[in-house]
Amino acid sequence: MADPVSTIVSAPVSAAVSALGNPSFEGFASIREIGPLGMITLRVKPDVPGLAEALQALGLTLPEMRRIVVGGDRAAGWMGPDEYLLVVPYAEVSAAVARLSDSLKGQHHLVADVSDARAVFRISGAKADQVLRKLCPADLDRLEPGELRRTRAAQVAAAFWHQDDGFTLVCFRSVAGYVMGLLQNAAQPGSELW
Amino acid sequence: MSTRLSKGGRLIDRSAAVEFTFNGKRLRGFKGDTLAASLLANDQMLVGRSFKYHRARGIVASGAEEPNALMNMGAGARLEPNQRATTTETFDGLSAQSQNHWPSLDFDVGVINNAFSRFLPGGFYYKTFIHPRFAWKHVFEPFIRKSAGLGKAPTEMDADRYEQAYAFCDVLVAGGGIAGLQAALAAASGGARVMVLEQAPHWGGRAPVDGDVIEGIPAEAWVKNTVETLEKMPNVTMRSRCMVAGVYDHSYVLAEDRVADHTPGDGRPKKRLWRIRATRIVAATGALERPLSFAGNDIPGVMLASAVRDYVVNWAVSPGDRTVVVTNNDDAYRTAIALKEAGLAVPCIVDARAQADGALPTKARAMGIRIETGKAIAKVKGGKRVTGVALCMQAGEGAALEEISCDVVAMSGGWSPVVHLWSHCGGKLIWDAAAAMFRPDAARPPISHDGLAMVYPAGAANGALHADAALQDAAKAGAAAAGADPIAAAQAEPRDEAPLEPIWVMPQGAGVKLRAKMWLDYQNDVKVSDVQLAAREGYESVEHTKRYTTLGMATDQGKLSNINGLAVLANALNAEIPNVGTTTFRPPYTPVTLGALAGEARGEIFQPLRRTPMHAWHEAHGAYFEPVGLWRRPYCYTRGGENHAQSVEREILNTRGNVGMLDASTLGKLIVKGPDAGRFLDMLYTNVMSNLGIGKCRYGLMCNENGFLSDDGVVVRLAEDTWLCHTTTGGAERIHAHMEDWLQCEWWDWQVYTANVTEEYAQIAVAGPKSRALLEKLGGMDVSAETLPFMTFAEGTLAGLPVRVYRISFSGELSYEIAVPASHGLALWDKLVAAGADLGVQPYGTEAMHVMRAEKGFIMIGDETDGTVVPQDLNLGWAISKKKADYLGKRGQERSYLSSPDRWKLAGFETLDGSVIPDGAYILAQGVNANGQGNTQGRVTSTYYSPTLKKGIAMGLIKGGMDRLGEVVEFTKIGGAPVKARIVDPVFYDKEGARNNG
Repeated sequence: MADPVSTIVSAPVSAAVSALGNPSFEGFASIREIGPLGMITLRVKPDVPGLAEALQALGLTLPEMRRIVVGGDRAAGWMGPDEYLLVVPYAEVSAAVARLSDSLKGQHHLVADVSDARAVFRISGAKADQVLRKLCPADLDRLEPGELRRTRAAQVAAAFWHQDDGFTLVCFRSVAGYVMGLLQNAAQPGSELW
Repeated sequence: MSTRLSKGGRLIDRSAAVEFTFNGKRLRGFKGDTLAASLLANDQMLVGRSFKYHRARGIVASGAEEPNALMNMGAGARLEPNQRATTTETFDGLSAQSQNHWPSLDFDVGVINNAFSRFLPGGFYYKTFIHPRFAWKHVFEPFIRKSAGLGKAPTEMDADRYEQAYAFCDVLVAGGGIAGLQAALAAASGGARVMVLEQAPHWGGRAPVDGDVIEGIPAEAWVKNTVETLEKMPNVTMRSRCMVAGVYDHSYVLAEDRVADHTPGDGRPKKRLWRIRATRIVAATGALERPLSFAGNDIPGVMLASAVRDYVVNWAVSPGDRTVVVTNNDDAYRTAIALKEAGLAVPCIVDARAQADGALPTKARAMGIRIETGKAIAKVKGGKRVTGVALCMQAGEGAALEEISCDVVAMSGGWSPVVHLWSHCGGKLIWDAAAAMFRPDAARPPISHDGLAMVYPAGAANGALHADAALQDAAKAGAAAAGADPIAAAQAEPRDEAPLEPIWVMPQGAGVKLRAKMWLDYQNDVKVSDVQLAAREGYESVEHTKRYTTLGMATDQGKLSNINGLAVLANALNAEIPNVGTTTFRPPYTPVTLGALAGEARGEIFQPLRRTPMHAWHEAHGAYFEPVGLWRRPYCYTRGGENHAQSVEREILNTRGNVGMLDASTLGKLIVKGPDAGRFLDMLYTNVMSNLGIGKCRYGLMCNENGFLSDDGVVVRLAEDTWLCHTTTGGAERIHAHMEDWLQCEWWDWQVYTANVTEEYAQIAVAGPKSRALLEKLGGMDVSAETLPFMTFAEGTLAGLPVRVYRISFSGELSYEIAVPASHGLALWDKLVAAGADLGVQPYGTEAMHVMRAEKGFIMIGDETDGTVVPQDLNLGWAISKKKADYLGKRGQERSYLSSPDRWKLAGFETLDGSVIPDGAYILAQGVNANGQGNTQGRVTSTYYSPTLKKGIAMGLIKGGMDRLGEVVEFTKIGGAPVKARIVDPVFYDKEGARNNG
């Protein structure tokens, strides 16, 4: 009943390419396209029995509402009342999809590999927040520890969270070039907000 | 003569001289100057011409209210028109041009309008529209066009950068004068997040100029200390050069930050638009001084008394050697005293009041200044510059008593609180008769989402014009806005001022000749006589009078003229001022440059451009793109000297003859999974999807609740509980939202999950008789007719890449659509191109796709549908289940109008002469309708030249549809005789569908 939705999954990391080929830009903050990252959309209600264990088996922790739990190269984020974003190493994504589908067998859920549907950016540096303040109508001062913020970057949907010395921002692959352009423009030296 | 004084100037740095040009003339100023101060320091009082009469215009004010000193700033790619010299900082290399003059500022031909001013009365524009009819087009319009116009529109692309930024705060304080600073202290004391925005480059507003003493120290020192205190508070953000432009619903605020206006070309954004979500707003926006209406009050050299004082104190600029002060209040005496203290002559203070015995008049008298009470200005003498004034009795009709020579007239008609931010979202005003001003009515504030006041006026903006009252008021407003405990306000020395006396016309009995020279609106040339004329012609509403006379409609939006104008109107109507009311205050407070509103959205990032994984390949191979939503899809790929039509023809013939490749990645791909997924899809699609076999594909139609066809596509069954729905390119997000809408709002108890995986996969259509051969060359999976029959799919690898291959066809040819993870999209495309070289593979674009589907009679959402078409209109009854109890749109389609046999229905059309029917053509019917227009009986929906059939083919909707096969009808053709066409089967090519099998 609960087969993975597809057996065609993102191929080994050596062959896959990120949307832009990992360009970077040094402004008053550093901008870098990272990835490809293994990303999985998991749609399931949080109270489904065995969910926490299923995630644990992948090295992930079930996040609270509006939170993301990051651990090393893995993360699990809350996207909505019945939707999670799981991040795993790109090479492991097909195994993770299969394993998750297996452990949630019999429970109503949907697992989809969306690694290639996304582009991921790192914005780092002491003033990384200012780049986001120019693009996202999100209150950065009130961003709580471990918060996953779904928002928009100028005209497109985006989500970001605090990580290391900056932020990780996710958007759709087709607009990766636009978002890189936005980030680069917002990080122009001399345009610091304060 | 206006000139720079040898001493003083609290805002200028005399060690930093700057050079600038005005109308090409090289001039010098100091750092800290406004352009207006620099111009006055160089004896440049004349700065422009008025809009209608081209009368000489001088600097009147010292701030945002300035109506006259508008400049074209910069040149070429940095030209910016209509910039106020009074708020523009002077910088090294600044270049400014005056506006609305021809051929030169000093000699202007348009001034001839002035001589004919009696032919250009109030309501002039409206009258020219009406009578005589021919005159507007041939006489008035060309004449007005030539004589009107202020700044020049730039012709080059703006060289500067602009951006926007978001901010959030509990209390936004608009205005950094003493009231704003005091309110910020009060609001921040309880820990609230506070932003303080000040439009000027410096803090403190007017108090330092007016010589207030706060907490026992000069206002300037108190301001400095307070700013330092606030800057140290972690919960306070201070920004100068940042004007609050507008207040919107739910305390949303827009502010224009002039980041690098004064340092052009330094790489910083010229301006930044702040989009601020505040919880409460404190409007500490101060007050503006009103002019007085006396004859000749528009002659250069007539200035606001406060502005004269500002120029002397702030920038050490003397507007003139001899200044006559004319006033109806005590405050203007400060100007006389400041001038006297700067060593300048004040031959007379003309006070319209019968008495002037307050502290300030007493001090002025003691300084030896002559004061004439009960007097008025009968007339200002001069043309391009004031040369003197004639005095008269205020109570009389203007008979001159004496003449006094002077080169400046400093006028003060009292003060009007800046109530704009209070009013933007509906805050109401009350008329304070004692102070002769409109001020915010605390009982009727603008209301936020929680039903509470969202704007708190503070200080002069709330009518508390004196420092002591303003500080008290602001401390209260700040605390209230923050919901904080009140703090003790800073104490200012009280002012001892006698009340003003409202004076709306000077002298009160002035005859028509004088009133026709009393300017209310300097920029738009509206005079007291014009408003009175409007009243006589029956204009009772202030909003109508404004539009009729253009009072307050200039770029300054009536900051100086509105109150005077409506007082004149009230008198003319014999009504009370509050009964006449004010015009509506709308954002922005002063004009905001379009660049800031556009922000980063220009050039490459004007709008998101969605790219498929193969986009760069298309660009490198001659793709001519067409926009499809935010995607750019190749319309065709041009080779050699081909035009687009030739490219399309080649691509079609090659696909039908060999094999073609289409980038179909943009098609929507939605996964629908769960125990109720089948039931859900049966409701969404008109046909049955629940019984689709695993591994099979089925074409389906989706309608909205009204029954109209909304989207179509191929649905595939991936697993027992999982389907994948293909949507049109434009439908991906819309249909996904449609699904979630039904699942979340209506069928919330159905166990169905959806996921939009459109961008996870690149998709390539490989179509044509050699398509199977091409896939076999790549190898990796069996794509034979036996293993992979039509309308099935299989998963496997091709050329080592993981793929899902669908045997579906939109071209009518043997065809495969191959889905591959997006990161491999380009790799698969490259391999297909390489492997297909000897099979003659060529990419084809969307136009070839369109033509090929039309040759097969396949409908296209957006061509055959337009939101008013039901599937039955398109002969798609076969795709509508008769068995199902319900589906979205079923009941809609049963309505009498939608099930009528008279509806226009799909048919094919072939012209008798083989030509192509024009796009959008209608099918003619007999007779005319009630409007005398020819009747129609249908219209074309798709029309192309078919390279396969070598003739024009078309689909269209016609009354009677396929029942009329064989009939000849006429299509309209613009600029030609109607085109005759025969009604035919819309499947033009391969009717039996043999080519699907190769």
